Amino acid sequence: MAYLDMKNVSKSFGTLVALDNVSLSVQKGTIHALLGENGAGKSTLMNILYGMYQQNEGTIYLDNEEIDIKDSKTALDHGIGMVHQHFTLVPPLTVIENVILGYDKISRVGLQLQKAAKRFEELCQRFNMDISPWAVVEDLSIGQQQRLEILKALFRDVSLLILDEPTAVLTPQETETLFSLLKQLTDEGLTIIFITHKLAEVMNICDCCTVLRNGRVVSEVAVSEIESKEQLASMMVGSNVDLIIHKEEAQTGDVILSVEELCFDDEDRVRRVDDISLAVKSGEILGVCGVDGNGQSELIRCIMGLLHPTGGSISICGEDVTGKTTREVLNHHVSHIPEDRLKMAMIKEFTVNENLALMAYRDQQYGRFGFMNWKWITEQNIKICEEYNVKTQGMHVPAGTLSGGNQQKMVVGRELDREPTLLIAVHPSRGLDVGATKYIQNRLIQERDRGAAILLVSTELDEILELSDRIIVLYRGRAMSTMQRKAATREHLGLLMAGISPKNTTVTPVTM
Amino acid sequence: MRSKLKPEKIFQLYFPIVAILAALLLTAIVISVMGFNFVEAIQALFVGAFGSLGAIGETLNKATPVILTGLSYAIAQKCGIINLGAEGQLYMGALAATIVGTNLNGTPSVIHITITLIAGFLGGALYGIIVGLLKNLFDASELITTIMLNYIAMAFCGWCISFPLKDTEATSNFPQSRAVLESVQLPRLISGTRLHAGIILAVLAIVFYYVFLKYTKKGFEMRTIGLSRSVAQNAGMRLSTTSLLAIFIAGGFAGLGGAIELLGVQFRLINAFSLNFGFDGIAVALLGNSNALGIGLSGILFGALRSGSNRMQMITKLPVAVIYMIQSFIILFVIGRSMFDFRKLRVYKRFAKRKMLQGEKT
Repeated sequence: MAYLDMKNVSKSFGTLVALDNVSLSVQKGTIHALLGENGAGKSTLMNILYGMYQQNEGTIYLDNEEIDIKDSKTALDHGIGMVHQHFTLVPPLTVIENVILGYDKISRVGLQLQKAAKRFEELCQRFNMDISPWAVVEDLSIGQQQRLEILKALFRDVSLLILDEPTAVLTPQETETLFSLLKQLTDEGLTIIFITHKLAEVMNICDCCTVLRNGRVVSEVAVSEIESKEQLASMMVGSNVDLIIHKEEAQTGDVILSVEELCFDDEDRVRRVDDISLAVKSGEILGVCGVDGNGQSELIRCIMGLLHPTGGSISICGEDVTGKTTREVLNHHVSHIPEDRLKMAMIKEFTVNENLALMAYRDQQYGRFGFMNWKWITEQNIKICEEYNVKTQGMHVPAGTLSGGNQQKMVVGRELDREPTLLIAVHPSRGLDVGATKYIQNRLIQERDRGAAILLVSTELDEILELSDRIIVLYRGRAMSTMQRKAATREHLGLLMAGISPKNTTVTPVTM
Repeated sequence: MRSKLKPEKIFQLYFPIVAILAALLLTAIVISVMGFNFVEAIQALFVGAFGSLGAIGETLNKATPVILTGLSYAIAQKCGIINLGAEGQLYMGALAATIVGTNLNGTPSVIHITITLIAGFLGGALYGIIVGLLKNLFDASELITTIMLNYIAMAFCGWCISFPLKDTEATSNFPQSRAVLESVQLPRLISGTRLHAGIILAVLAIVFYYVFLKYTKKGFEMRTIGLSRSVAQNAGMRLSTTSLLAIFIAGGFAGLGGAIELLGVQFRLINAFSLNFGFDGIAVALLGNSNALGIGLSGILFGALRSGSNRMQMITKLPVAVIYMIQSFIILFVIGRSMFDFRKLRVYKRFAKRKMLQGEKT
């Protein structure tokens, strides 16, 4: 019998059935992938295993013993640990303080940090990791923080480790490091459940794969039996998906966006954007690539007039817009798909109709004399929803009731419907399933072919490589390199994203 | 855009009604413990508020200022501003109306009333603008500035009626302004009652509030800003000017309330001119959930409590202060509304689960 057996687990939230009779069995010492689109039930299943939710029906066996997981403490007692997608570390505390947080097995009285630190160092040595127990967490890189999360679980002697989309925030090199660590862990007898929606990762490191769709198990296969990514993708989506982006040679025109020597210092006088120059022509996609937090969002905000640049200049269609208001920038036919949909692009409480009117409402067509012509707007918005496949129960339901993918399609539809001259798309497909991602990516190509200049920011290398005509790599607010798509390789970009120029292979000095 | 009466719409009434019933129940307990007869008291209250044409007129008169201050709180809140300054804005509106209403002798009545009301609106609105400017320029919290400006407004009005605007012909030395001219007094709607035209203005204000927020671009901007400043910014909306407009209108509503109270009921500006209208307005807006119709209905409820309380005191000897108790209970229950959310109750959850399981089987 398998090491972990979840039998006929069902879970529903109100009328929504999140898991329907799901069974999962994982062999000891393997990496088991849990693959599925957003909302397929991967996280719900794992949250049940980790005691965050209680299943309505079904039983869980660990090592042939039926266990009842009331909360995450019970889960840990049974040796089940979980590393969440969003880290659960306290940034201002030291590494060791984070490690023992909520852990009372070292000592019930007092913290006994030294004792804990000694054990932690032994653990680090065993897995060849170089993290000082006395370092402050906020000084660690993202990759290190993630390894710390794993160490934190190992410190609690877990034998089953759940990783929720662990590679979402890593560079390709960091991902490699993580994968070799995972291999080492399984060699030592640990069992790993790996939640992901990236097909390549399943093919690369997993032994077995369970595919979930709409809360049901679609298939459970050994990775060695899988023939191609396409096969996995169609299992995941339920129909044959076209993973190929239809894209032809770019027909470029005039320079639309030109950024010169742009600098931006934040409130703490930290330089977030450091002397960046770039130009986007009509009919091309410039991909901005880099790990999250390397100046991308500040660069975009400066262009959009949401932040005042400290130095340099920005012009759109030859007109200087440096330091102009967002409204003036938008008036140059600029569309913006922001990085954070819920924070910047839409309002959950507003109806779909109102959300779709958010950007263009100032237009004369939307109503004269300061009034809103809701009748006309609604007709217009119904067309957008139809054209961009936004599935909604109606125009007058709150946008918060839409699924994440449909919310994003709504935002993309709104922005593209205005036929922008310049389109700024930041993580346009973040958190979307395969189908919606391909759909949106193809729409971006269509916009390019129509003649829009597109600035695409993404942390997904695949997306950058598939869509861009030229690529610029950002590291710590600086442009490491700008190159033609044809000249770019994954490895090359990966090194640049980590701040390493391949020619002299020296790490650029940290100036922060 | 006509929406039919959907179950969700009816459900909106659930919380206010439960809050009112719970408040009455709690009041009943307190009154009974004090040794009074609750049924008798509530009967007297009801008859006092709605028992005759005159009583209804009185109720609507009392409802008018709190509806306007309720709108004042609500429109600011829609734009993300907490306006606790309706009291002060109401005083400044009444002051402006007093100046215009006691002068301009010989102006035709309709014109005089109109400009006096406009003066009242502007008095409150410009006073509200101060809050907006302080917020825009110095990032001063409106929670503090509105409260403080209330005291300044009251003290300033007190000074005005003690010195420059003091009625020197009055027999007593009591600080009060001259009475407004007869030509600006609001006409009575029904003879034999004190019901004046103010309630019509209050209804118009409610209609304006609804149309403005729903059908104008400025209203749309305000609602966006109120729900998410970052989305509004990203959409190129002008946060500071729109916020200024919101607090301008909010102050204007309260100022108009002051002017109407002056021209319809009190005729003179005195020290205790406002009977806590500004703060009751907050309660009205909360109970009405900032909904146009809701504000109208809860305004009438608050008016009824006030106008019925005198009769209640006369008949049952129960002190008027009981009304304040009911009001505060209502507010407490409205704020703590989630405790009435039966969807969260264990009994309901169990019931829903059983229903769902049954549904699965069939």
